[in-house]
Amino acid sequence: MSALVIKGATAYAAGLPTQGRPGDVVVVDGVVTDLDAAAVPRNADVIDADGLVLLPGLVDIHTHLREPGREDAETIASGSAAAAVGGFTAVLAMANTTPVTDTAEAAERILDLGRSVGLVDVQPIGAVTHDLAGQQLAELGLMHRSRAQVRVFSDDGHCVGDARLMRRALEYIRSFGGVISQHSQDPSLAGPSACCHEGELSGRLGLPGWPAAAESVVIARDAQLARHTGSRVHVAHVSTAEGVEVIRWAKARGIPITAEATPHHLALTVEQVRTYDPVFKVNPPLRPIEDVEAVRAALADGTIDAVATDHAPHARHDKEHAFVDAAFGMLGLETALAVVAHVMVEGGPFGWADVARVMSSAPAAIAGLPGHGRPIAPGEPANLVLIDPAASRTVDRDTSMSLSRNNPWHGRTFAAGVYATILRGRVTAREGVPTSC
Amino acid sequence: MPRPDTPGDARVVLSDTDIARALKRIAHEILEANKGASDLILLGIPTRGVILARRLAAIIGEVEGQPCPAGALDITMYRDDLRHQPTRAPMPTSIPGDTVDDKVVVLVDDVLYSGRTVRAALDALADYGRPRAVRLAVLVDRGHRELPIRADHVGKNLPTAHSEKVRVRVLGHDDHESVSIAGGER
Amino acid sequence: MPRHLLSIADLDAAAIRMLLDTAASMQDVQRREVKKIPTLRGRTVINLFFEDSTRTRSSFEIAGKWMSADTINITGKGSSTSKGESLPDTVMTIDAMGVDALVMRHSASGAAHQVAGWVKARVVNAGDGTHEHPTQALLDAFTMEQRLGTLAGRHVAIVGDLTHSRVFRSNVLALRMLGAHVTAVAPVTLMPSGITPWAQADGFALSHDLDAVLTGERPVDALMMLRVQRERMAGGFFPTPREYTVGYGLTRPRLQTLLAANPEAVICHPGPMNRGLEISADAADAAASVILDQVAAGVAVRMSVLYHLLAGEEGSAA
Repeated sequence: MSALVIKGATAYAAGLPTQGRPGDVVVVDGVVTDLDAAAVPRNADVIDADGLVLLPGLVDIHTHLREPGREDAETIASGSAAAAVGGFTAVLAMANTTPVTDTAEAAERILDLGRSVGLVDVQPIGAVTHDLAGQQLAELGLMHRSRAQVRVFSDDGHCVGDARLMRRALEYIRSFGGVISQHSQDPSLAGPSACCHEGELSGRLGLPGWPAAAESVVIARDAQLARHTGSRVHVAHVSTAEGVEVIRWAKARGIPITAEATPHHLALTVEQVRTYDPVFKVNPPLRPIEDVEAVRAALADGTIDAVATDHAPHARHDKEHAFVDAAFGMLGLETALAVVAHVMVEGGPFGWADVARVMSSAPAAIAGLPGHGRPIAPGEPANLVLIDPAASRTVDRDTSMSLSRNNPWHGRTFAAGVYATILRGRVTAREGVPTSC
Repeated sequence: MPRPDTPGDARVVLSDTDIARALKRIAHEILEANKGASDLILLGIPTRGVILARRLAAIIGEVEGQPCPAGALDITMYRDDLRHQPTRAPMPTSIPGDTVDDKVVVLVDDVLYSGRTVRAALDALADYGRPRAVRLAVLVDRGHRELPIRADHVGKNLPTAHSEKVRVRVLGHDDHESVSIAGGER
Repeated sequence: MPRHLLSIADLDAAAIRMLLDTAASMQDVQRREVKKIPTLRGRTVINLFFEDSTRTRSSFEIAGKWMSADTINITGKGSSTSKGESLPDTVMTIDAMGVDALVMRHSASGAAHQVAGWVKARVVNAGDGTHEHPTQALLDAFTMEQRLGTLAGRHVAIVGDLTHSRVFRSNVLALRMLGAHVTAVAPVTLMPSGITPWAQADGFALSHDLDAVLTGERPVDALMMLRVQRERMAGGFFPTPREYTVGYGLTRPRLQTLLAANPEAVICHPGPMNRGLEISADAADAAASVILDQVAAGVAVRMSVLYHLLAGEEGSAA
């Protein structure tokens, strides 16, 4: 029997009776057994969590782990460590690896690699189309029937641009409750070279523009297809006010649509691109402050359901190029909680219960992950994160668990930080250091 | 009498009348050495050398009864100390008659010191053509040469210490005329 | 002067004035029999062109040579980049040889800015993608001043494919700093995104009607015609060359309109020209055309830039 007692943390989770008040949580054999330390088992490990915040373990429905294929940029092991340090107990690994996760075998391999690392539950996302080519459907049903039980499908990095193909995919996955996470980018309005929000700055800098409409027209189309098929669409990395508007419209009509926003789209603006630093090259691109504020407001009012990192590690040799030639993407797993706390709690309308909702219970529900994003209550699996709201940590890209260094937060100091992450009762990371199995 | 814009310890060594007298003498020396004003071109080195060259040309013109050409020769691009100071925009060069070939060119400057300015001027001049002869006229020779260069015509020889500063002021660039020395160890 | 010349935005009016005044002195050298001054003796200037440009490259090369710098040309095709070497590796390799200046042309906007952060040498942006081409703007201003005198209060209309033009971006900055009125003329599809707030912030006018600009209340003193690439039709930027010429080309009738309103007006074009598309042969060869003066000014302006970046103490001009 293994036992863990978390003493004095202020817990926030759905339906928790002690919400917002310091209390104790007792964990035995990976399951929460009691909310009162009076019943402390003998030989229990005790975490003195006085002043800390306790939330259900974070869930990231949008992570790029790069394995297989680009193990120089990230591996399932290094990405798992980054996730654990960042407070995550489950991550969904995007399908755009080499080879692409478009078969049952590929999905199971990722699941198994994740399990063997054991720091975080790694759940594969399956490709919507074979080889992400947008031509024919991937083996959606076989991936779902596999041990990985894939429920989320995405061609992320590419938009499923063909409306007919999108419709068929949505229809096909409806029977097993799947969801398509769409990278909403109309490829004719924002082609492969589009790398800067289309506006005054892209005009001045002479960078190929990525117009807001390229996002919103795809969201609008997909909302109509979701309505038509009755199947679920999830909008990945919403970045524009126009996109938010369409999602709000669709939700008001009861269309089965959910959406996520990334920490960087909640906190950084297109102004970062002024120096042509490829670290700030991301897809969709950073947007003007008006869009950033619209995305924050949408997250606050529930139009956007979840925060997802779009953690996108890249080797230096893929990032250190002329801006238009550099790879898209930035790191996010280790900093997500700090950024969200900074933007939405310290400087926004959120309480910690809202953070628990957007970073744990909502994403777990979207992905259909059992055992994550659950209430903190007796009988529930002990997937938890302890947060120090006054950690005051300065991000140093060179101490990252990730193998990559494309960290847009380098040098910034955030008030909140993850103190410890607990996966089924076991501490997987503590004060920035992952715990080996 | 120290002027308001001169440092307190500056002493005037040439007054405006001294300068006028010196220029007159130099003009006569130039004519004498050249046996008249034929083929003569006076090229001042910016900035004050250009004004002095014009003044000398005017005196020569008066004496000879016909105008003597005067121009400017900028040496900025030929300096050997470019790397030791911030760059500045060069001053215009103007060669009267657009050629120095077979002319007697008199380079005119306010102060002769290390000789490096004159060295640069000789290099610059060579890029404009091949004068028959080049002579040098300066208002003040303060010594301390670093190159084998001497002036043909000198307004005043002025022994100085390295640490001293010689300041020349001429009308047309400054609000009065004088040559003064300031600084140095007493 | 900044350490590098990457963008006109890095300069102020005084720095532009100094560069143009120096260029005037450099034109003296250009007119001499012996076109050589020793100013940059012992300095090495690399012309690193990842994109073809005979005009700009040879202009920089002549400028360097006349100032006694050792100039070496490296073209993108001959460089390691075509063998898959990264941009930082390419430029840092050249930099490690101890060169003094990198004159760089690259198809990517911002490339010169990035390179400036990687090397010890001074970087001169000779055109970066659709971003800037600062020496072109300087030589344009220099040429216009030669004909028009001061540009303060003068009206310059820039016509053509503004979206893809680094010449436009550099020129509008330089001309505004020199006090000129600027009108940018193009169909909406050939104007950069966000140009409306940009024009408001930077104080220039926008028009989609060239004829209205030529007959407007403020006569045009300089008409700058920019190159329009026929390939843009494929991108849907305009329907046909014919329609473009009718709307925005400097045709013979428009040349007459321009000169009727202002007989002193000048015509500029950064080249290479598409005769018959954005400019008629009559306009290109008219007495009002300063297109070849622009080319001549290019050498003087580039000499001025190299002088101020390389000659002085740590290259910092007063």
